[in-house]
Amino acid sequence: MSFPAMLKKGALPPLLSVPNRIHPHAMTAISYTELISGFRPQLLKFARLQLQDDAAAEDAVQEAIEAALKGIERFAGRSALKTWLFTIVRHKVIDFLRERGRTVQVSSLERDEADMDEAFDALFRENEHWSPVSRPRPWGNPEEALEQQQFWQVFEICLEVLPARTARVFMMREFLGLETDEICTTLDLSTGNCNVILHRARAGLRQCLSEGWFGAEAARC
Amino acid sequence: MLTCKHTTRLLSEALDRPLGKREYLALRLHLLFCRGCRAFRQNIYVLRKVSRSFMGRDDGPN
Repeated sequence: MSFPAMLKKGALPPLLSVPNRIHPHAMTAISYTELISGFRPQLLKFARLQLQDDAAAEDAVQEAIEAALKGIERFAGRSALKTWLFTIVRHKVIDFLRERGRTVQVSSLERDEADMDEAFDALFRENEHWSPVSRPRPWGNPEEALEQQQFWQVFEICLEVLPARTARVFMMREFLGLETDEICTTLDLSTGNCNVILHRARAGLRQCLSEGWFGAEAARC
Repeated sequence: MLTCKHTTRLLSEALDRPLGKREYLALRLHLLFCRGCRAFRQNIYVLRKVSRSFMGRDDGPN
């Protein structure tokens, strides 16, 4: 089964309901506005990573923020607000990808492999040790993530933005469970090349899930 | 001493092939002192679990 076909198989559900956390008004509208602007760079980064389109990312984030401000009285805490904002941005991103899927080839969503390597290199200092801001952190509650439909939407988006060859090798290894030897032979790649591609895929997906799910979720409680 | 970048490559390859004794020891030593790389390892283990769940074959890491 081809990758796009696989994605289409589990058709994405309609808009999910917004988390229902109604608390007494603990914060003023002004502090909410400040909080929301504080999240803006993070939201933009997430949307840009998924869409590879600055204008569309800006639109998605702007719409999410406007929607959040309209429903602001429903939120009493900072973490609920952050989770909600990310939820809205995810929906906007998914809507956009669906829309684009009808008019543009899937290949136009692909990230160049060189771009991925550049993004990975940027996580390190000159000496090839983690830069303090991008040092990986353990992912909390993976079991809980697996049970949430929204998590799978993020996962699908992260897969969708991988370059075709990267995604193909990753899926042969992790989805189909083939050994690397077999993958190299089938695709006529050297073992070293296969390893590089698998590392690129894992590093990229790790980064995407950290930003799109596990990082956003950390503030939930 | 391994760099963190090199360590991520070994951690990825450890999911695909048995590491040599020297690689294995260098990796263990690095992980002992580096929480960033320990987290990277946890993240890609979870990624494998997630991928297997995605295809309905949740049999955990090798």
